[in-house]
Amino acid sequence: MSVYPEYMQESIRRVEETRPARLGTNYPRLPLAEQEELLRRYHPDYKPEGKRPLRVGASFGELVPHEVADLLEAYPLVDPTRIDLSQVDYDVDVLVIGGGGAGTVAAIWAHYAGIPADRILIVTKLRHGDSNSIMAQGGIQAATKPHDSPAIHFLDVMGGGHFTNDPKLVRALVEDAPFIIRWHEELGVMYDKEPDGTMLTIHGGGTSKKRMHSCKDYTGLEIMRVLRDEARNLGIPVLEFHPAVELLTDEHGQVAGAVVWSLETEEYKVVRAKATVLATGGWGRLHIQGFPTTNHYGATADGLVLAYRVGAKLRDLDAVQYHPTGAAFPEQIVGLLITEKVRGLGAQPVNALGELFVHPLEPRDVESAAFIRECLPPEKGGRGLGVVTPTGMMGVWLDTPMVDMLHGKGTFQRALSSVYRMYIRFGIDPTKEPILVYPTLHYQNGGVVIDEWGWTGIPGLYAAGEVEGGVHGKNRLMGNSLLDYNVFGRRAGMAAAAWAKTARVGRLTLRHVERFVEELRRAGIPESRRAPLLLPDYRGQKTLARVIDLL
Amino acid sequence: MNQVGVETKTEMVTVFIMGQAYQVPAGLTILKALEYAGFRLTRGVGCRGGFCGACATVYRLPGDYRLYADLACQTTVKDGMYLALLPSTPAERKRYDLKRVKPSGETLLALYPELARCVACNTCTKACPQKLEVMDAVQAALRGDIAKVAELTFDCLSCGLCTLRCPAEIPHYHVWQLARRLYGAYLAPKAEHLRRRVAEMEAGKFRAELDRLMGLSKEELKELYKAREIEPE
Ligand SMILES: Cc1cc2nc3c(=O)[nH]c(=O)nc-3n(C[C@H](O)[C@H](O)[C@H](O)COP(=O)(O)OP(=O)(O)OC[C@H]3O[C@@H](n4cnc5c(N)ncnc54)[C@H](O)[C@@H]3O)c2cc1C
Ligand code: SF4
Ligand code: SF4
Ligand code: FES
Repeated sequence: MSVYPEYMQESIRRVEETRPARLGTNYPRLPLAEQEELLRRYHPDYKPEGKRPLRVGASFGELVPHEVADLLEAYPLVDPTRIDLSQVDYDVDVLVIGGGGAGTVAAIWAHYAGIPADRILIVTKLRHGDSNSIMAQGGIQAATKPHDSPAIHFLDVMGGGHFTNDPKLVRALVEDAPFIIRWHEELGVMYDKEPDGTMLTIHGGGTSKKRMHSCKDYTGLEIMRVLRDEARNLGIPVLEFHPAVELLTDEHGQVAGAVVWSLETEEYKVVRAKATVLATGGWGRLHIQGFPTTNHYGATADGLVLAYRVGAKLRDLDAVQYHPTGAAFPEQIVGLLITEKVRGLGAQPVNALGELFVHPLEPRDVESAAFIRECLPPEKGGRGLGVVTPTGMMGVWLDTPMVDMLHGKGTFQRALSSVYRMYIRFGIDPTKEPILVYPTLHYQNGGVVIDEWGWTGIPGLYAAGEVEGGVHGKNRLMGNSLLDYNVFGRRAGMAAAAWAKTARVGRLTLRHVERFVEELRRAGIPESRRAPLLLPDYRGQKTLARVIDLL
Repeated sequence: MNQVGVETKTEMVTVFIMGQAYQVPAGLTILKALEYAGFRLTRGVGCRGGFCGACATVYRLPGDYRLYADLACQTTVKDGMYLALLPSTPAERKRYDLKRVKPSGETLLALYPELARCVACNTCTKACPQKLEVMDAVQAALRGDIAKVAELTFDCLSCGLCTLRCPAEIPHYHVWQLARRLYGAYLAPKAEHLRRRVAEMEAGKFRAELDRLMGLSKEELKELYKAREIEPE
């Protein structure tokens, strides 16, 4: 018996009717001009009322979403004058903030670059590995096949980002990519392979060559747990449940560690470090414009807040990535990611009438905009051809049964076992019935400005992974962020190690925070606003999908 | 916006969180039910999407003697459920140097001799929220079939539920991690195209082409982008 209510089953029957004719054909890819038109009219990011210019700090005047501005223009959690900096709890060469992918890679490479394991410290908010990195399903890009090349990869990344990327960072990304995959293979990451060892690669949104490498649909989990295992073998210390709440500087303005806060014993600790790597990931849990999110519990943009207070510049934070395929039904999994690989393996997006309305693998922002256009009612400029769920979510169908029809029975369960498992748990068999999807808040395209070694421009401070910006410009393509955290995690770790070897740290201060507070006061920012957020608060709320209005 | 219109009254169920009764809406996951009830979680929650294994939970249902184990973020509450979220699993992980160990059953047994204590009770398999054949993996480990262990445990989330329930006190997920890395590093066939590409990169094969691209204007890049040849699907 289907868990879909009868009116949804009726729409599913239309999807089934059109399926035979759709198999083997596809909607043409849109020319650039039409893509731009779609984005302008339907992408949530193109709504001017969703953003405002920053009133303080190094990126004064830049547009960011209100939810982000509220955190950047906020007072510290702890009064800087009340923290005793004379007592140092941890004294290390390299401090890594964030125990996700980027942080773990940075710590490993700082060690490879000559810093003894016990002179490195990872501090992280939840457990080591509880991160966006562990959730990635689809894959990681790298030009490893003979008919592909780093130059073609470069073009895809630049085009995906609408040519707003920093080309130097893109070059580093694509040039290091094959090396990273090789390093993973040596560490024992189980990439999907042919019997002769050739890695299986498929397309992702916006790729011109099949260069998406995967580990079933647990790519992020497999890479993250191997990296974590290696860090543990190397004996790199980790402080779990200790988020950083403020960076420290010395009297010369050099970053010199951080103040961390124990979520369990509720005390602060002072970490002095010669070099600091910021690897705190993204912002999904800010629920920008009320969207549900695919991100882990700790994705609250803390790194942006910390870096901004020491004077780091931010970029491209006006560009929010919505993933086109978040689960829209059933209620329990609303917002969770349905990997792009489902479309990569041939499942097509179709509307309530069973019509194919967009190529399955347009760049993400274009794909999302097309879904929103399909769902919006005509009076709001849309086509009104979405399916509305009993709890008021809307969505379009993703015709998942096509995967097995195209690639043979059992493919879905094997190659997409996490998606399969998730739906089966809630009574839907995606190899028999299509699933309902709608865009969900997924990725922080921009972030802290860095150079190709992860340096932020502030002495002693490096950044890597989702927290930094420039690599993807205003739109990241799938598979390039796992690559990003590896490439720039490694580079930042090595650069931090090199800096730490000669750096001298002076007297620890929080003067930069005091100065920032003065600036906030001058700008008339209400004192009630506090940051970093650390964790979202869902107490006493009904499930998000019930309370938000996506339109 | 809700074209179906009817905002149905939410049905409530009673769940016992660590012994205390709470009324929560039916249809919530255990994780969201805890939050609905007013818990602000730090332990027991990570990804919220079935990937990290932080939310291991044990529960019983009324009139049923069995102890169930599952993930709080992927399990819907049931009326009368008695539950406890587990903050962590104590299980020792052994350090090793991947370069020095051999991909064999002896390696697994040398680091985790307790594997040999398995009494084949299948409790681990029943506890696994990922529905993995955990006991079969233990047996494969005992036979030294690393490839089989790697295959059977690939979807493991290290939630620790099998380990907490096992009468032989085996720290399964640490063994699985070791076996998978041994497989990936030593037993899986090597990617020849990857080795070649890395060698080409080291020899500077693509440097000139990238140098050229770096020198182009946005407009010139756009033209090249539009002219890309798309590999058929
Ligand atoms: C569901 C999902 C699927 C994805 N699929 C893909 C994919 O298929 N391919 C791809 O390339 N990319 C994918 N991505 C994106 C990719 O996973 C991430 O962008 C990338 O892993 C980010 O790595 P990171 O190390 O920068 O951040 P994270 O992995 O999120 O790590 C950041 C860490 O910092 C910690 N932290 C946060 N604040 C603080 C603080 N104040 N102090 C200390 N620690 C802190 C966090 O708890 C976390 O552990 C996906 C993302 C999601 C959410
Ligand atoms: S094998 Fe054990 S640790 Fe892994 S998912 Fe299953 S129960 Fe959890
Ligand atoms: S629970 Fe322990 S003893 Fe029982 S089958 Fe599993 S590994 Fe063996
Ligand atoms: S919170 Fe990560 S698996 Fe449940």
